[in-house]
Amino acid sequence: MSKPVKSISSPIRLEYTYSAGEAPTRFLRGLAQKKIIGQRCPVTGKVYVPSAGASPTHGVPTVGEVEVSDKGIITTFCIVRIPAENLSVQAPFVAASVLLDGADIALFHVVDECPLEEARMGMRVQAVWVPDEELSPSLRSIKYFKPIDEPDADFESYKEHL
Amino acid sequence: MRDVAVVSFAQAPNKRRELVRNEVEILMPVVREAIERSGIENKEIGFICSGSSDYLAGQPFSFVTSLDAAGAWPPVCESHVEMDGAWALYEAWVKLQIGELDSALIYCFGKSSMGDISEVLSLQLDPYYMGPLWPDQMSLAALQARLLLEKGQVSERDLAEVVARSRRNAKDNPNAQLSGDFEVEELLAEPMIASPLRKHDCAPISDGAAAVVLAADDLARSVCQRPAWIAGIDHRIEAHDLGVRDLTRSPSTALAAEKAGLARAPVEVAELYAPFSHQELILREAMGLGEGVKVNPSGGALSANPVMVAGLIRIGEAAERIKNGSASRAVAHATSGACLQQNMVCVLEGR
Amino acid sequence: MAELCGVVGIGQTKHDAKRIDVSTAGLVREAALRALEDAGCTWRDIDAVVLGKAPDMFEGVMMPELFLADALGAVGRPMLRVHTAGSVGGSTALVAASLIQAGVHQRVLTVAYEKQSEGNAMWALTIARPFSVAVVAGAGGYFAPLIRAYIRRSGAPEDTGIRVALKDRKNALKNPYTHIQIPDIDFDKIASSPMLWDPIRYLETCPSSDGACALVLASEEAAKKSPTPPAWIHAAEMRSEPTMFSGRDQVNPQAGRDCAASLYKKAGITHPRKELDVAEVYVPFSWFEPMWMENLGFAEEGVGWKMTYEGATAIDGDMPINCSGGVLSSNPIGASGMLRFAEASMQVRGQAGEHQVDGVRRALGHAYGGGSQYFAMWIVGSEKP
Repeated sequence: MSKPVKSISSPIRLEYTYSAGEAPTRFLRGLAQKKIIGQRCPVTGKVYVPSAGASPTHGVPTVGEVEVSDKGIITTFCIVRIPAENLSVQAPFVAASVLLDGADIALFHVVDECPLEEARMGMRVQAVWVPDEELSPSLRSIKYFKPIDEPDADFESYKEHL
Repeated sequence: MRDVAVVSFAQAPNKRRELVRNEVEILMPVVREAIERSGIENKEIGFICSGSSDYLAGQPFSFVTSLDAAGAWPPVCESHVEMDGAWALYEAWVKLQIGELDSALIYCFGKSSMGDISEVLSLQLDPYYMGPLWPDQMSLAALQARLLLEKGQVSERDLAEVVARSRRNAKDNPNAQLSGDFEVEELLAEPMIASPLRKHDCAPISDGAAAVVLAADDLARSVCQRPAWIAGIDHRIEAHDLGVRDLTRSPSTALAAEKAGLARAPVEVAELYAPFSHQELILREAMGLGEGVKVNPSGGALSANPVMVAGLIRIGEAAERIKNGSASRAVAHATSGACLQQNMVCVLEGR
Repeated sequence: MAELCGVVGIGQTKHDAKRIDVSTAGLVREAALRALEDAGCTWRDIDAVVLGKAPDMFEGVMMPELFLADALGAVGRPMLRVHTAGSVGGSTALVAASLIQAGVHQRVLTVAYEKQSEGNAMWALTIARPFSVAVVAGAGGYFAPLIRAYIRRSGAPEDTGIRVALKDRKNALKNPYTHIQIPDIDFDKIASSPMLWDPIRYLETCPSSDGACALVLASEEAAKKSPTPPAWIHAAEMRSEPTMFSGRDQVNPQAGRDCAASLYKKAGITHPRKELDVAEVYVPFSWFEPMWMENLGFAEEGVGWKMTYEGATAIDGDMPINCSGGVLSSNPIGASGMLRFAEASMQVRGQAGEHQVDGVRRALGHAYGGGSQYFAMWIVGSEKP
């Protein structure tokens, strides 16, 4: 007597070719040159990094090329303790929202060279780039952000970015 | 029922492959155009509803960033269906019927060129029995076409004529992807790609986006000289398993047409979402469309088939003909699922 | 204006890590059949079916309404499939309700589900947007920094989250359908559970569940044929905002506040904490309870945590939250929102069994999704509005 079939395994593999889009392309090409480039919302003047091409509040194209610093502050963060297949870093690590000087929204990245218990909101950090020969149009050109010896930002100065 | 009308429609030029722009960038100008043409301010629009598919976009939650194209601030009343934009329009129409809101923006987008569209659409099939075989849409449609031909009422020539007509009509459509004059004989001379279908019997692969603005009652009358009033709209679904249905007929289309009141008066124009030529014939029969009806003046899906968008485009194209006065009553159809499993009928009128 | 709409049938599955005993069709039917039975009607009495679930990637099926049409009695009927990320279960119920409120149909079956065990939900939640880098695994990695921001802004005691989790997990023991039931749950067990994304611990996190929830909604006329008095919808509202924009408050999102404000106005409520008897709120990570208490206007900004601390949100408190055990106890993502709406309705109809609060006349159902940007809510009452 054979056992009833309870489940089947059906592997799915699909390949897609994605277009970054005009605005993201500028951002990514900038990264290959160790530049972090955002765009401005023509209505509010806010600098979006990276820009997806649209100002989310107004539905209009973001414009221009605004280079922002590769230094900034941690607005908020968490310590990730679970590993996952797609990630390049080893757990535990600090994942943080980093508000770069000159930008008006934070971008999410990893913080390293920082003891976990020292990670804090307002901490000044700077991008650590991969070696020149490994630069590419990708956020992986930034290996991680590391703490730098500059005074923490005042909570009031970044609290609207939380 | 409240009077609700299409007051504007916009679409992106349909392309085989949009290499440079991402979905949001394609969508933004389309949404802007639809809003500008509607005569209603962006912030005045009461409801937003979109249609798209994660598997088509190759990422989960793909509709989330598309909201950026609409400028959702201050916060908006907004929803999304993982279906063709035609069903997003249906949800918006229902919302307006409630009476609290007077206008709605509907948008949809899809880049079929990014993945292998046949493989992607195979995932629509029953995951236990059909999916693991990975049958593609074309082969399934071919089974349906074979059944139709065997019945004896339709010939290969009839299919070629649908194609020739569609491509010829598409010459007048600046957004069409495929258009031109083709002789039936030259079409029939082409090799079959999935017997009995030839390549031209199958809709092309397209990247695109479209948007519609709906308005109710006096608002529609105040912003639009000749609104395309939705006289009736309904949709129905059939059984999924192909073996359970009579694939040569479309009872769900017939039922939806009946509920939408299609037969109440003749229509001059019909925009039918038939991604395969033989399906146009099945749909015509289900809807009782006579010889005098101009079918797919836009060229239909055979000229451009942005998946998740083509259904809304049918409604938009039919609405345009009402709005520009070239028709007083039109019908638009949308479909979802292999071999016309689910169908929507939308009857539009000028008054 | 809107036609009256009532919840006349409610059904849910036993939620579990892997419902290997049923196919997807079996799972949704389990919930649907219970809802139909509760409504005292059959498949034939249904005019339309509205299906809701989260990303198709969770199960590896594109547009599953197509293959589920047969199983859900939808053949020959209109069928819709809603997808609004985590709030989908809620927005699905709202779309279904709008069909009745618009006078389009008399009786609608709505089902929301997730059979996450059939795919890989963690993978699906971690997929990087093309051209970006996946920094964290899973949704918790996205929300943990926001929680940290809330703790900083409010000065809430660090163990607030543990208290929420303890309450919800104790409540779960009174609900036979829940996935996670830990009979000997206590404060220390939660406090000592592994930290996943600081400050979120394992036992402060929602599980990944297979499950479904179904509702039968009816017009005033059609509701007369159902045996149990309906939960009448007093108000329903949806709001969305963009995921990311400069100056966005992700901790106390405007969309949530606007949604609640509009909801209360429609229901004629001016003091929600007083005028609502119970609420089922979407709390996938413990700290969302104090955050939502503020966002919903049950507490002033910055002191939502006090409601937890004071026991106000306990089952015997003045504003019981998640007597069902909430999302922390069962989380079939697509269904979780509808479960909140269903549990609120059950409270109003006196169907909540062991986790019933006495004398509930009005209850709130709440769902959110995406980057805390999609909100769907409803208020149901034992009397007609």
